[in-house]
Amino acid sequence: MELAIATKAPARRTAAPAHTDTSVLTLTVAGQLCGVPVLGVRDILGPQTITPIPLAPPEVAGGLNLRGRIVTAVDLRRRLGLPAREPGAPFPMSVVVEGGGELYALLADSVGEVLALPDAGLAPNPPTLDPLWREVCAGVHQHAVGGPEAGTRLLIMLDVERVLDIG
Amino acid sequence: MDDLIADFLTETGEGLAGLDAALLRLERHPDDPQTIGEIFRLIHTIKGTCGFLGLSRLEKVAHAGENVLGRYRDGSLTVTSGGVSLILRVVDRVRDIMAGLEATGAEPAGDDSAIIAELDAVFTGAVAPEDAVPAAAVPMPERKRPSRRGRKAVALPGPDPAPAKLEAPKPEPDPEVPAPEATVAVPATSPAPKRRRAAPRRAAEPQVAAVVASAPTEPAILPPPATAPEGGATAEAVAVAQTLRVNVDVLESLMTLVSELVLTRNQLLQLSRARNDGALSGPLQRLSHITSELQEGVMKTRMQPIGNAWKGLPRLVRDLSRELGKKIELEMRGAETELDRQVLEMIRDPLTHMVRNSGDHGLEGPAERREAGKPEAGRIILDAYHEGGHIIIEVGDDGRGLAVEKIRAKALSQGLATEGDLAAMGERDIQRFIFRAGFSTAAAVTSVSGRGVGMDVVKTNIEKIGGTIDLRSRAGKGTTFLIKIPLTLAIVSALIVEAGGERFAIPQIGVVELVRAGDGVTHIKDAPVLRLRDRLLPLVSLSRLLRLEEKGGTEDGGFVVVTQVGQNLFGIIVDRVFDTEEIVVKPVAPILRHVTMFSGNTILGDGSVIMILDPNGIARGTGVGAESVQEDRRGAAVVSASSAERMSLLLFRAGEGGPRAVPLGLVARLEDLPAERIEMSHGQPVVQYRGALMPLIPMNDGWVAPAPGGRQAVLVFNDGGRAMGLAVDEILDVVEEFLRIESGQERPGYLGTAVIAGRATEVIDCAWWLRQAGEDWFGPQRPADARRPRLLVVEDGAFFRNMLVPALGAAGFEVVTAGTGAQALRLREAGERFDAVVSDIEMPELDGLGLARAARDGGAWQEMPLVALTSHTDEAAVRRSREAGFDRHVPKFDRDALLDALRGCLAAAQD
Repeated sequence: MELAIATKAPARRTAAPAHTDTSVLTLTVAGQLCGVPVLGVRDILGPQTITPIPLAPPEVAGGLNLRGRIVTAVDLRRRLGLPAREPGAPFPMSVVVEGGGELYALLADSVGEVLALPDAGLAPNPPTLDPLWREVCAGVHQHAVGGPEAGTRLLIMLDVERVLDIG
Repeated sequence: MDDLIADFLTETGEGLAGLDAALLRLERHPDDPQTIGEIFRLIHTIKGTCGFLGLSRLEKVAHAGENVLGRYRDGSLTVTSGGVSLILRVVDRVRDIMAGLEATGAEPAGDDSAIIAELDAVFTGAVAPEDAVPAAAVPMPERKRPSRRGRKAVALPGPDPAPAKLEAPKPEPDPEVPAPEATVAVPATSPAPKRRRAAPRRAAEPQVAAVVASAPTEPAILPPPATAPEGGATAEAVAVAQTLRVNVDVLESLMTLVSELVLTRNQLLQLSRARNDGALSGPLQRLSHITSELQEGVMKTRMQPIGNAWKGLPRLVRDLSRELGKKIELEMRGAETELDRQVLEMIRDPLTHMVRNSGDHGLEGPAERREAGKPEAGRIILDAYHEGGHIIIEVGDDGRGLAVEKIRAKALSQGLATEGDLAAMGERDIQRFIFRAGFSTAAAVTSVSGRGVGMDVVKTNIEKIGGTIDLRSRAGKGTTFLIKIPLTLAIVSALIVEAGGERFAIPQIGVVELVRAGDGVTHIKDAPVLRLRDRLLPLVSLSRLLRLEEKGGTEDGGFVVVTQVGQNLFGIIVDRVFDTEEIVVKPVAPILRHVTMFSGNTILGDGSVIMILDPNGIARGTGVGAESVQEDRRGAAVVSASSAERMSLLLFRAGEGGPRAVPLGLVARLEDLPAERIEMSHGQPVVQYRGALMPLIPMNDGWVAPAPGGRQAVLVFNDGGRAMGLAVDEILDVVEEFLRIESGQERPGYLGTAVIAGRATEVIDCAWWLRQAGEDWFGPQRPADARRPRLLVVEDGAFFRNMLVPALGAAGFEVVTAGTGAQALRLREAGERFDAVVSDIEMPELDGLGLARAARDGGAWQEMPLVALTSHTDEAAVRRSREAGFDRHVPKFDRDALLDALRGCLAAAQD
């Protein structure tokens, strides 16, 4: 499965007037619902062959070939300090985003759908949030509408730029 | 900035670059009207354009310069060295103004009246150039000239403004000139919108032998050297090449696209191979072919002759020679050798630096040279040529050479090495200290050691582009730097290897050879080393280095990629070696930049991503680059290890008496065997060793097997399939010493006694001990001969060579060795004389038969006795070797026959 989202616009930050919505791509990382602004997403790839890169930071899962371009894969589980995938679990999906002119693949367990979330629903990070998470989260959506788990789960908005700020 | 100004800057910049060369040519051939005309036109063009653009300051300078040149052209003034200097200064001034113009868009403020007055004084004939002073100047009335100028026409004929008697200028060709930084000239196949004539200079460039020296006190014109390309200026006007300017960005993006295309092609090929689809393979073959050609074509557009980077050097050398009061000849060979413009840009500065160093520190002053019996004019030689996908650039001088003693002292005082380290180092290793960071920074070093400002920077810059640098220096003969750089940075050839289950690419430039790890890997404490021929190679396990999972038995079953970084050789242990592949180097993502083991990554033909290893990073990361490995670069110089040279000796203890020694090169491995492994067979101890029985020979008579639980130290010797173990009490040390055996002793098993590490040490006769194992490796031993004739042993096998050197040495010969026939011939060229040559037949490069033919063909070795040494003793082989010119033919393992043959030859030669 490979569905390309043709857009080159940069990720839009979520500080906008109350009546606007932001399109968010949802993804799951070790059960946690996360979201990235859909405008920053360049590609979504199914399971890929990933070449491990020795001596790289642990968050870096390796490199993969995206139509002739080398994309560095960042394992979101590791990045968020979550437990590693169990052996035998399905291969992760790659959400390709751009950072500093380079392409990176964020590895998530599964990719959900594109939701239009009202900016009004975005709450700032709770001060008690894990410092690691606080660093990479751009806020929390309380009402993830439209999905099967609508209104029941919290959605963590990831700040792609900071997620890629490794090392 | 105004488009017109920008165009002007580009074109004038090109013109100026060529002017230096033309002026220097003028100095040599002051009467060459072609050259004068060329210079005149260039300056005239600049002046005309300036007038049009309203650049008054520039125009005035150019005008005054043109006046003087005008008089040179019509012959009413003689060209002198001083005059050329003056014009060069005009050119410099024009450059300064242009630099300001480029930076600010307007002419910088400044006063040129002094130089203009000087020029005018020369022009009016008031003074000779050397004495030209502003005071003596007669102001020249200046007349501005209206100039109409099309945007593309650089110059136009017009009434000459100078009141001097000048002929009307001829219509001028657009001065086509070497590319500036931003554009390159590409040959066009279709009629280009803009036609240009090939520059006269360009064709004249290959083989420029520019004599650019004259002492400051000597204004006389140097006679033209015989090698000067006289015909150059006239012949080249014929060569008209169509070129068109293309923005470098366009070429860069083309290159990127082609790189991608190559990758995609590789993937397609892989797919097609897997499917075996006939319908697909035809067109794919064609696509592949076209892609290769396209790649080649695009690479060509980026190629530029290295002469472009050398352009400024004649001027530099000229200035240097005047400044230092030395006569310097600059010889440039292979200026037409092409390389990628990116690489070219990166070596420009290091080269300039090295030439300046050669002139400044390498060459002696004229008086000193006279004393040394050398020609007064020193030479700096630049040589560029291709060698196996790389470019070799040599920068050499015939000066005083590097002062090893001073470097040694400096290294010691700076704490770069200890006394002991230095004592163990060869001369070349000591010379290489000049590449060390910190070695050259102190100002005192330049005046003392004679060389070295920033050689570490040069080295770093060259390594940055995947190149290597080394040097060769002989006291009193000069110094030559050898730079090896890749042709291009975009696509490199790489060796694909596997370690810890992952594949990696190693750029071919650093790979010296590939060895199966197997038997040669030994451990010193925990550090793996490889005994390769006659040296110990530090090893780095790639999987351990990259913290990958190690498979069992890697070190024995894998391969060693022998890699060279600078002067250091080390081995990288890998599990498997695939093949070489052309890869497109892509930089790694910024978040991985701190991982220094990789220089980039790439996509292989099968579509997988693979990391490219950086040998420099590995050397730094593991410390193998820090210490010096005693290694002469193979092939870089004639390898000759005389028995009077230092050699590595293994010291051990066996039985009573002092330590014993054996050349380390003869020992295959050191083993520490548990007592349980020693078995007895026919009363002789044996061990099962690598699937075979190896006889164990005790060194001392009263040997008893170690008690159960104990261990036995064993030196293992082997050759081909045979192995023999020498049981010794204890292994002491490895030292580098001159092996001077005092006496050929009567005691069997010993060659004699030598002073090693300050102690009388018995040197064992390996051949004798090997015979004890029941293998008749040599004939019976002969007492030593009293005479010391000089022998050259040509043999590629290090084992056999190492065996012959002490054996022949003990038999009274002085032995010099060479690894191949070609090396032997290099010794002949170096003027070495021998009483006889003992040569193997089968050798790489040039075999024994070839060597014999070359020796008999003429030259110093024509009459020298030649003894063939071979394992083939059938009649045909003997006949072949006789036909080639060998006097004797001796079976390889028969020392007795060899000694007999040698004595026979030498006796015959004496009669």
